[in-house]
Amino acid sequence: MASPAICIRARSWIGPALLGLWVAVALAADGAAVNLRQSTLVAVFKQQNAPVEANFKNFSGSIAYDEAKPAATVATLNVDMTSLDVGDDDTNAEVRKAAWFDSAHYPQASFHSSAVKAGAPGHFEVTGTLAIKGHTQNVTVTVSVQPLAGAKAFDGSFTLSRKAFGIGEASWDGVLDDAVQLRFHLVVAGS
Amino acid sequence: MTDSYTRTAIALHWTVGALVITALAMGWIMTDMATSPLKLEVYSWHKWIGVTVLTLMLVRVLWRGTHPPPVLLPMPVWQRRAAVGLHAFLYAMLLLQPLSGWAYSNAAGRPIVYLGLIPLPNLVEKNRELAPLLKEIHETGGLLLAIAVGLHLLAALKHHLIDRDDTLRRMLRWRAG
Repeated sequence: MASPAICIRARSWIGPALLGLWVAVALAADGAAVNLRQSTLVAVFKQQNAPVEANFKNFSGSIAYDEAKPAATVATLNVDMTSLDVGDDDTNAEVRKAAWFDSAHYPQASFHSSAVKAGAPGHFEVTGTLAIKGHTQNVTVTVSVQPLAGAKAFDGSFTLSRKAFGIGEASWDGVLDDAVQLRFHLVVAGS
Repeated sequence: MTDSYTRTAIALHWTVGALVITALAMGWIMTDMATSPLKLEVYSWHKWIGVTVLTLMLVRVLWRGTHPPPVLLPMPVWQRRAAVGLHAFLYAMLLLQPLSGWAYSNAAGRPIVYLGLIPLPNLVEKNRELAPLLKEIHETGGLLLAIAVGLHLLAALKHHLIDRDDTLRRMLRWRAG
């Protein structure tokens, strides 16, 4: 039977050990984390042809990119669907409802790259699985890479069908386009 | 000196009048509507009508500048002052009210695409702090404009029914282009 003092001493290194393990796992994943403060993720939907931009305020992810081997790029992104900001509280409350994003049941959306093709210099084409509201779709996006001071910026946009993800009831089709553009500017550390 | 309005002035007057009363009624109703596709549609039409009013008012100001309206009919000085003041207020509000609505829409992150066809420039950037202030200004403006339109209608009826003068009739007389 260990004395309380030993228990306390034993616990004192559990924290650092777990942290060390977590860092090791993160490094093994071999991707630099997306810097949320410098990155943006925007959904642009069209309401009677008027583009309305909605920002995701919280997301995380990593991108492993080697300029010499762009085809080896691996990217993942997890998006906090409860962080979507259309611009006003009423609309924000509306889009969280079951008919739209059902954020209570599907608080996260994700993207995982599955294949990457090198493109023109500073560009690559990433194919991956996009999962929103329990639906998954394969998407292919052309991404451009910009070097920043001590970091890289990955920019791109693609258009998805909101109905393919069960977002919005048919009664809205007259005032709201099915096509929604997703635009991203993701900054990760690394030269 | 003519005692008549031009046909253009008469057409502009009644068109703007009908549009403004429609927009005011929509504005009154739409803010309390439950979220629905119809609500979005009403908001869009409210904005498009507002932009139409602004455009017609710019034409009207130019027209009035180049085609002076007939002088006011004989009336007490206080009524003359009230008429001139109310007309000036109506002109100012019919220009400013669409602009505050346009700016509010932009601040709330909604660019305006006129009739779903013509994208209009943003007057202000999307701004969460500014939007509620512009909303307040637009709503107060709407109330003041509704009161001014009401006084304008009552004054026209008073001239027509009580004074039995030509004030209303000459805005209805379709002649002299």
